[in-house]
Amino acid sequence: MILSQQAHETRAKQILEVQDLTKMFGGVTAQDQISFSIEKGIVCGLIGPNGAGKTTLFNMITGIYRPDAGKVVFNGKDIKKTPVHRLVKAGVARTFQHVELFSSMTLLENIMVGMHVRTKAGFWAAVTRIPAMKKEERQSRRRAEELLEFTNLTADAHKMAGDLPAGRQKTAQIARALASDPLLLLLDEPAAGLNPVETHALGKLIQKIKQSGITMMLVEHDMSLVMEISDKVVVLDRGKKLAEGTPRQIQNNEAVMSAYLGNG
Amino acid sequence: MTDKNKYIWIEYLIFVCAVSAFGLATKNTYYLQIMTFIGINTLLGLGLNMLMGYTGQVSLGHAAFYGIGAYTTAILSGTYGLNPWLALVCAVAAAVFIAFIVGLPTLRLSGYYLAMGTLGFGMIINIVIREWADLTGGASGFVGIPVLEAGSIVFMSGASYYFLVWGIVLVAMIICRRLLASRMGRALRAIHDGENAAVAIGVNTHLLKLQIFMFSAALGAVAGFLYAHFVLFISPGSFGFMFSIKIVTMVVIGGMASVWGALLGAAVLTLLPEVLHGFAEYEMIIFGLILMLVMIFMPQGLTQGIMDMIRTARRAKS
Amino acid sequence: MQEIVQYLFSGITTGAVYAVIAVGLSMLYSSTELINFAHGEFVMIGALVMVTLWVHLGLPLPVAVAGAVAAGCVLGIVFERFAIRTARNPEPITLIIITVGAGIFLKGAAMIVWGKDPFSMPSFSSHESIEIFGAALLPQSIWIVTAALVLAGGIHLFLKQTLTGKAMVACAVNKKAAWLSGIPSEKMGILAFGISTGCGAIAGIFIAPITMSSYDMGTILGLKGFCAAMIGGLGSLWGAFAGGLLLGILESLGAGLISSGLKDAIAFVLLLLILYIRPGGLFAAKEAKRF
Repeated sequence: MILSQQAHETRAKQILEVQDLTKMFGGVTAQDQISFSIEKGIVCGLIGPNGAGKTTLFNMITGIYRPDAGKVVFNGKDIKKTPVHRLVKAGVARTFQHVELFSSMTLLENIMVGMHVRTKAGFWAAVTRIPAMKKEERQSRRRAEELLEFTNLTADAHKMAGDLPAGRQKTAQIARALASDPLLLLLDEPAAGLNPVETHALGKLIQKIKQSGITMMLVEHDMSLVMEISDKVVVLDRGKKLAEGTPRQIQNNEAVMSAYLGNG
Repeated sequence: MTDKNKYIWIEYLIFVCAVSAFGLATKNTYYLQIMTFIGINTLLGLGLNMLMGYTGQVSLGHAAFYGIGAYTTAILSGTYGLNPWLALVCAVAAAVFIAFIVGLPTLRLSGYYLAMGTLGFGMIINIVIREWADLTGGASGFVGIPVLEAGSIVFMSGASYYFLVWGIVLVAMIICRRLLASRMGRALRAIHDGENAAVAIGVNTHLLKLQIFMFSAALGAVAGFLYAHFVLFISPGSFGFMFSIKIVTMVVIGGMASVWGALLGAAVLTLLPEVLHGFAEYEMIIFGLILMLVMIFMPQGLTQGIMDMIRTARRAKS
Repeated sequence: MQEIVQYLFSGITTGAVYAVIAVGLSMLYSSTELINFAHGEFVMIGALVMVTLWVHLGLPLPVAVAGAVAAGCVLGIVFERFAIRTARNPEPITLIIITVGAGIFLKGAAMIVWGKDPFSMPSFSSHESIEIFGAALLPQSIWIVTAALVLAGGIHLFLKQTLTGKAMVACAVNKKAAWLSGIPSEKMGILAFGISTGCGAIAGIFIAPITMSSYDMGTILGLKGFCAAMIGGLGSLWGAFAGGLLLGILESLGAGLISSGLKDAIAFVLLLLILYIRPGGLFAAKEAKRF
């Protein structure tokens, strides 16, 4: 099964390019001229002590915040003025640290909602139930089922999303994000709250997603997971980019060590 | 709530049977009249119910759409002799257009802005109706609204109008249900459950809210149309701020985001003045209290609130 | 020319009343992020209590004023305690309906207590109007404008200079941080409400001699107060003040020069325009908050 049609078809080399990105809240500089790029198909880890600005960076890439200076170039286009829903259509998907599944719907419906940008049926189609609408519904349902199978959640398909245990909810969030056919998948602390077994399964899932050509960026505190699955690691500290390189390079970087462990 | 609800057809069946039984069995025109009003009010409540329940926005001027529906058909079919059914189309179009204009800038912002925008807009419509006396008859009202006809059937008050109204209510309910069970409905429920997450997966929340607002305006206009051709005389007093509040009260009581809740709310609201017949003075106090108490203690609506209370009581006993 | 001056005078007078109402509303919003849709009813309460105390019971003017203001404040505090704070779900939609319900409740209660007939009230000082540029200026107008200025200025000083005032602003900006700093946000909420509804009552007291007071005067005044506050920019004190004056003048000019029947519509048309063009208001931040 093709996980993401877009990722499958895109020939671009650089998926994401961040140039001198700056963001200020009141008097606080949350992001200070951050620059890095992510090539297609890799997994990029974003690490840094708490308050380093990782979630702010995510929010700027996904269009929730607008940068005060600098730019974000996604798949060759400057996304400065792009509203969030159009960014998702262009191929940016994300998950949240605190799972935000839709509690009044089943797991299957949650995944189907994830396909919103890839489907068309609007008000009139819904009301008249023309054959095209029914066909789209069937296709959506089928794809949702495929995604559940991909993430090993088929058994929970018809349970209310809020009833699932935390670990499976986090996986479900990823499945929902995949439903929008993303080019770039941003994962915000996907391993938070998971036990070692679940974390291992998460690592395997990320590998599977990578194989399908989807580029990923994840914010994580679980160092072993990050180092194991990332092709590249970017380190932030207090709003500035501290280092960028392969996991091995980062592990040997003294500045990174002192940022995490403190000086002296 | 799931997409496929096989029990829906049973619900509709019960609904149709109950409505038909009442309509055929009752000869008392007063009761039929009350039930007809409940039907009209249900239409008003249905649209607002979707708006408030799923998008979390309040419209404090919904009586304006009701008024637009009533006056458009009154003027077009009464003064200019246009076929009332065509006038209906015009009324709905006018209401939808105005909803678009008012909603476009306000729905982008927090709930307070639509509330204020609709409040202001509701006032303007009321003032316009009152002042443009040449067109609307002004404060003294509009006389001479023609009766509805369809082929050989003449819809005058009594059983015929009762069935007309409830037939339209059934259609409206089906439309609402279909909406909720569709891609659009999933997006709506997503907004209700977690707007941030809905935005993050690419739902254009602004557009969706606008569409629902326009839909609720359309239903309001249809209700106004039915009202005008029922009572055959309309005046601005029925379309003012207090009535907008009553519509909101209907939704609040019945429970937002609930199709049957709209019916319950309409029933309670229509019957309340009948019950309070001797206490007309206290109408405002009672409405105010209902709104406050329900929203303070049972914001999910009376139906849900009562069910929760029963559940808690059962748990306490066992 | 003389007509225009006359319109200006009456416009400034009603504008000052709108200003006081708007200031109270804006102040509450900037302290609690709440919009009190019942604000207009507190104006009505102020006016009617004033009528009862000063006209019916014959109490001395200062006592009556104090009594009416106190009535407004106390009711506001009770309202905050029982309606706002106990709300289980403080979403905007819930709070909007609660305050709307409260407004209707107050209106209904006032109708029962005072009946439907309007009351008139004499001016505070002489009835003789002063002639300026050929137009008549009522002394009451001077009272009103002075009161509005004093009130706005007083609140401004309170919020900027006193510790309590600054604490209140802190609460509005960031409740959690304020609480962490030891500011009792509950008490701040009570204070904000009390001041806000007190302002409303004052507006009612000063407007009563000019118009007839009745149980239903509050609704439209409250709405116009909103419009004024929105025009100036929600949360901006001087914006509300300016918005009120602007609204009053435009209304007066519009009524005089175009049509008096559509006078009330002017406020709401302006409201819609502001929502469309500049939701943050003329004087406040460019963007409206998206909370």
